[in-house]
Amino acid sequence: MAISVRPVTAGSTLAGNRLPRNAPWLILAACLAVSLALFGLLAAANRSEFSLTGAVLVGLILHMVVTTALSAAIEGRRRAVDRFVTNLVTGAFLLAMVPLVSVAITVVSNGLARFDTEFFSSSMRNVTGEGGGALHAMVGTLLITLAATVISVPLGLLTSIYLVEYGRGKLAKIITFLVDVMTGIPSIVAGLFAYAAFALVLGPGVRMGIIGAVSLSVLMIPVVVRSSEEMLRLVPNELREASYALGVAKWLTIMKVVLPTSIAGITTGIMLAVSRVIGETAPLLITAGFTASMNYNLFNDRMQSLPVYVYTQFANQGNPAFAFLERAWAAALVLILIVMAMNLVARFVAYKFSPKTGR
Amino acid sequence: MTSSASPARPVLSLGDRIFSRSAVFAGSMILVTLAAVAIFLIVQSLPAFVATNADASLLPDNFWSYVWPLIFGTVWAAVLALLISLPLAIGIALFISHYAPRKVSAILGYIVDLLAAVPSVVFGLWGIGVLAPATQPVYVWLNEYLGWIPFFGGVVSGTGRTILTAALVLGVMVLPIMTAICREIFLQAPVLHEEAALALGATRWEMIRMAVLPFGRPGIVSAAMLGLGRALGETMAVAMVLSATGLVTFKLLTSENPSTIAANIALSFPEAYGTNVNVLIATGLILFIVTFLVNALARWIVSRRAEFSGAN
Repeated sequence: MAISVRPVTAGSTLAGNRLPRNAPWLILAACLAVSLALFGLLAAANRSEFSLTGAVLVGLILHMVVTTALSAAIEGRRRAVDRFVTNLVTGAFLLAMVPLVSVAITVVSNGLARFDTEFFSSSMRNVTGEGGGALHAMVGTLLITLAATVISVPLGLLTSIYLVEYGRGKLAKIITFLVDVMTGIPSIVAGLFAYAAFALVLGPGVRMGIIGAVSLSVLMIPVVVRSSEEMLRLVPNELREASYALGVAKWLTIMKVVLPTSIAGITTGIMLAVSRVIGETAPLLITAGFTASMNYNLFNDRMQSLPVYVYTQFANQGNPAFAFLERAWAAALVLILIVMAMNLVARFVAYKFSPKTGR
Repeated sequence: MTSSASPARPVLSLGDRIFSRSAVFAGSMILVTLAAVAIFLIVQSLPAFVATNADASLLPDNFWSYVWPLIFGTVWAAVLALLISLPLAIGIALFISHYAPRKVSAILGYIVDLLAAVPSVVFGLWGIGVLAPATQPVYVWLNEYLGWIPFFGGVVSGTGRTILTAALVLGVMVLPIMTAICREIFLQAPVLHEEAALALGATRWEMIRMAVLPFGRPGIVSAAMLGLGRALGETMAVAMVLSATGLVTFKLLTSENPSTIAANIALSFPEAYGTNVNVLIATGLILFIVTFLVNALARWIVSRRAEFSGAN
C-alpha cells in the first residue's frame, strides 16, 4: 500500500518495536537453507531420494511459523497476525502457480516426442501402432470452429447491438439475464441439445461436424455478446450524437461510427471466445464423434477434432500403449499452443488498436 | 417506405428498419435458443422417466435409482472442489488486489487467467498422468494416520484416481473465474474506507477485514456460486481422472467412487443406443436444471449490485 513505515528505533516511546524491513527475506533464506540441509541429511542417512518439493514446502511452512513467532514476540499480536496473513495470501498465489507450471512442463516435455512432420501431415487411417498423425483432427477442429464462429459472431454481435443501441424495457432485461445464465450452460448439455435437436429430424445416432458447430456456438454466443456489449458501451455518446446531429440515420451511425470505434475490442472478444470453445471436448465427443480418417464435409459423417483426438488416443490405447499416449500429449501440446497463441494475439490486438479515449 | 401514421413517431428509413429488426431478431434468438435447449432436452428425455431395465440396458431398476448416485456424485465432487478452491481464490484475489505491487498485479492476474486457457482434456491428461501418482502416497499417509476420520477411511486406491483427485483438478479449473470475480470486487472496495482504516492505525490485514471483506461479501458468494456451476458441469477432467463405480459414499480415498452426471454422459454416450440415449439426455436435463438454478441464483446476487458485472 501507499503507506510507508519509517524505521523506528527500539525504545521509542511513540511506536512499538518493529522488525527490520529485510527481516522476512532473511528468515525465508535461513528457513529454506535449514530445511534443505535437513532433507539432504535425511536423504543421505536413509539412502532415499532427495525430495526438493518437500524441502521447499517444509522451508516455507517453517518460515511462516518463525516469522509469526518472532513478530509476536517483538512486535505484538496484531502485527504478528498481519504478517501471518501476508504469508498465507502469498502462499495461496504460489500454490495456484504449481498446477500451471506443472501442466506446462508436463505437456511440453511429453508432447515434444511426437511433435514432428508426420504428426502434422498424416491422419490415423490404417494406423494401429506407432506413427500416424492428427491432420484429420486439425482439419476437423478448423472446420468446426470456423462454422461455429460463422454462426455465433453475427448473432452475438447483433444481439449486443440490440442490447446497447435499441434495447429498452423488459425484453432487453430478460435477454441480459438469459445471456448471463447461458454463460453457465455446461458444455455437455450444449452437446446434448444439439444432438437432440438434430436427432429429432435426422433420426437417432446421427453424427456430423455441423452438429458440433451448433453445440459450440451455444457456448460461444453468450461470450461474444458479453464482450461486444462491454466494448460498445465504451464508445462515447458524443460520437453518436455528433453523427445524429449531421443527420445520419441510426443504422448508418452504428455501422460507420460505433462499430469502427470498437472493432478492436470486439475482435479481441471474438478471439477469446474462439479460444474458449476450441478446447471443448465433451460436446464434440457426443455430436461430431470420432474417426480415424480425413473428413472435409461438415454435413456428412463423423469428424475428428483435436480435443476429442487427445481423449480417444488416451481412452482407447492400443499396442504399443506409449505410441498412443505420445500422440495424445503431442495433440495436447498443439491444442495449448493454439489457445495460447489466440490469447496472445487477442490481447495484442486489444492493446495495439484500442481507440484512444483521451482521458 | 416511410411511416406517416402518427406524426409523433420519427420517420424511419428502410435501412433503419431492417437493421433494428435484425437486431431484435438476434436478441430474440437467445431467448429461442435457451427455450429450444429446454424443449429438446425435455422431449428427448420423456421416454426415460418411465423406462425400466427392459427398455434401457443402462438402468439397474428404474430411472431414479440410476440417476440418484450420479446426482450425489456431481454435487459431492463440486462441493469438494469449491471447498478447495474458494479459500485459495480469495487469497489469490487479495494478493493481486491488495498485496502485490501495483505494477505487476495486472500481469499476475493474467497469469492466473492462463489456467482458464488450458483445455479440460489436457487437465484430464495431467490429472491422470501427474496429479494422481503424486497424491497417491499422500492418500496412503492420510489413510494410515487419519483413517479414523470417516472421510479418509476405507481401502486406499492404488492409482490415486479418487474423487479427491478429481475434486482437486476441478478446483484448479474453477479457480480462474472465482479469482477474477473476487479480484474485481476487492478492487472496487471504497479507497476512502481503506485509507481511513490505515490512518487509524490498522494493520493491512485489519484494514482488509474491516473495509474490504464486508464490502466484497456478495461478490465472494456469487463467485462461489459461479464456481459451483462450472464444477457441476465440468466433464472431461472428471471422466478421465475418476475411477467410478456408481457407489454412494462419502469416503474420499477409495477406488470406488460415485460418478458425475457429465462424466457419465461423456463415457456412455458414444456407445449408447435406443432408450439408453434418452436416459442419458434425461440426466443431462437434470444437470441443466441444477446448473441453471445455481447460476440464476449467483446472477441474482450479483445483479443486486447494479454497477458490478460478474460476467467474465
